[in-house]
Amino acid sequence: MEESSIFIPKPMNRSALFWVVRDTSVLIGRSLKHIFKNMDQLFALVIQPIMFMLLFRYVFGGAIDTGSTTYVNYLVAGILIQMAAFGAMTTSINVAADLQRGIVDRLKSLPIISSAVLTGHVVADLVRNVLSSIILIGVSLLVGFSPSGSLVDWLELIGILLIFTLSFSWLSAIMGLAAKSVEAVQWLGFVFVFPLTFASSAFVPTKGMPTALRVFAENQPVTHVIEAMRSLMVGTPMGDHALLSVIWCGSITVVCIPIASYLFRKNVGKV
Amino acid sequence: MKEITPIVVRGLRKSFKNVVVLDGIDLTVERGTILALLGPNGAGKTTTIRILSTLIGFDSGEAFINGIDVRRNAKDVRKVIGLTGQYAAVDEYLSGRENLVMMGKLYHLSTSDSKRRATQLLEEFDLTEAADRNAKTYSGGMRRRLDLALSLVATPPILFLDEPTTGLDPRSRLAIWERVEQLARDGTTILLTTQYLEEADKLADRVVVIDHGKVIAEGTPNELKSNVGNERLELVLASDDDVAKAITTFNNEQLRKEEHRTVSLAVDGSVRHVKHILDTLENEKISVVTFSLHKPTLDDVFLQLTGHQASEEKTEESK
Repeated sequence: MEESSIFIPKPMNRSALFWVVRDTSVLIGRSLKHIFKNMDQLFALVIQPIMFMLLFRYVFGGAIDTGSTTYVNYLVAGILIQMAAFGAMTTSINVAADLQRGIVDRLKSLPIISSAVLTGHVVADLVRNVLSSIILIGVSLLVGFSPSGSLVDWLELIGILLIFTLSFSWLSAIMGLAAKSVEAVQWLGFVFVFPLTFASSAFVPTKGMPTALRVFAENQPVTHVIEAMRSLMVGTPMGDHALLSVIWCGSITVVCIPIASYLFRKNVGKV
Repeated sequence: MKEITPIVVRGLRKSFKNVVVLDGIDLTVERGTILALLGPNGAGKTTTIRILSTLIGFDSGEAFINGIDVRRNAKDVRKVIGLTGQYAAVDEYLSGRENLVMMGKLYHLSTSDSKRRATQLLEEFDLTEAADRNAKTYSGGMRRRLDLALSLVATPPILFLDEPTTGLDPRSRLAIWERVEQLARDGTTILLTTQYLEEADKLADRVVVIDHGKVIAEGTPNELKSNVGNERLELVLASDDDVAKAITTFNNEQLRKEEHRTVSLAVDGSVRHVKHILDTLENEKISVVTFSLHKPTLDDVFLQLTGHQASEEKTEESK
């Protein structure tokens, strides 16, 4: 045994619920620290949408007919959601990195609840996306974006952005756990997010698309979320986009959380 | 009072898909001792550690950590173990101190205890100067030290080390060895895997050699060495005639023909025995070019037990 002069810490005795909350908050704290310690990642996430913003606004914008809405007003919701979707892929990259580096093994050997690590990454995604959204909206305002939504509209908009990010982050956690390597995940994110965001109403109205593509684009969740956000920002017709956004994102989240937690626990990793 | 044996494993079996990785492993580790699991790549060392540290399940058999059933009560097992995996599992974007404090909190220590323990471990592992730098900037040796420190935050009575010094320079390896020996002296029970025979020889009280998921030998490093036979006197003889004469002079059990004009003779290691052989050689007028006394190493153990060299694994496993 150790000499008495050496400090031997003793675990605290608290309820199971207390530990669920504390373990999760400790790991959320870890992931939040990552946002600011891994500035490259944050930077990359913000730079790309700004490039897209400027590119579409000034290069393609003149050639795209968005009816009564100016193109810049049309564009912001699309880029915001594309950025959120890519931002959510950070979870899969970070989960895969944790797996690769053996951090998941270490955390799984601790007396903590298994989903806390994933929750940490997902919450960090939410915070990161809010930060990058603020920056993007700031840039948009500089290039002519003129939103008309009320405060209530903006609160609803933030709500939709958050549940969209939440659903994609959990989906992305599954991708990270399945792919197991950072390289594979980056590739997976690319083939997954690009089609979903481009085959939508993010950059151009769907009416000019070939029928099959248009049917897909008009009924997939990303379009509903974009249309709902666009309506709240600049007053385009809402229809049932908000409702369908909530149903889609809610369902994705509810399905993905248990699958991700299961994969995390069962992950066999390397022999 | 009966003492609970810290690690007891009986008939452990595990397959991944159709590949049998563990084919009935038995292990017992007594308190405050170090057991080294030695074997080539794919022998099942890491799988054994992963099962015992509750990371993965197993197909059949039994495993008890401090008397706690690993299959039934994984959560309680996690309270008494520390794990250092094959890769230095430190969070690169956190500093050494932040890594340690986080681990303390996850072991359910209070925040102040976590901080105090972190400071103490940073000192013990010679990381105080680098404490507040991101672990990303650490050298390989520093990462390993931090890694080991992380698994000691809650002073677990049982510690699993999966290849703790793989890829380290000799000086860093020595530093880890000293810490591991100290831990065992302080009463920690340690199960480690290694691909370095030297490491098993240096650290372990007992060595279990596994190959293809089976225990093929077990004992103290010395017992294993004596299994291979006694020390051998290696003789390089002057001509093929001398070799022929030597073969007729000594019996088959004692003499082994090695390559070229070399023969080796089993000896008990005593001066008297060696002198007797040298005298016999002189009487028979067998001329010897050089001779050397060859002590068996764990490499010999491995070669004899598995029929292949341990060293051929090294390149595979050091990816």
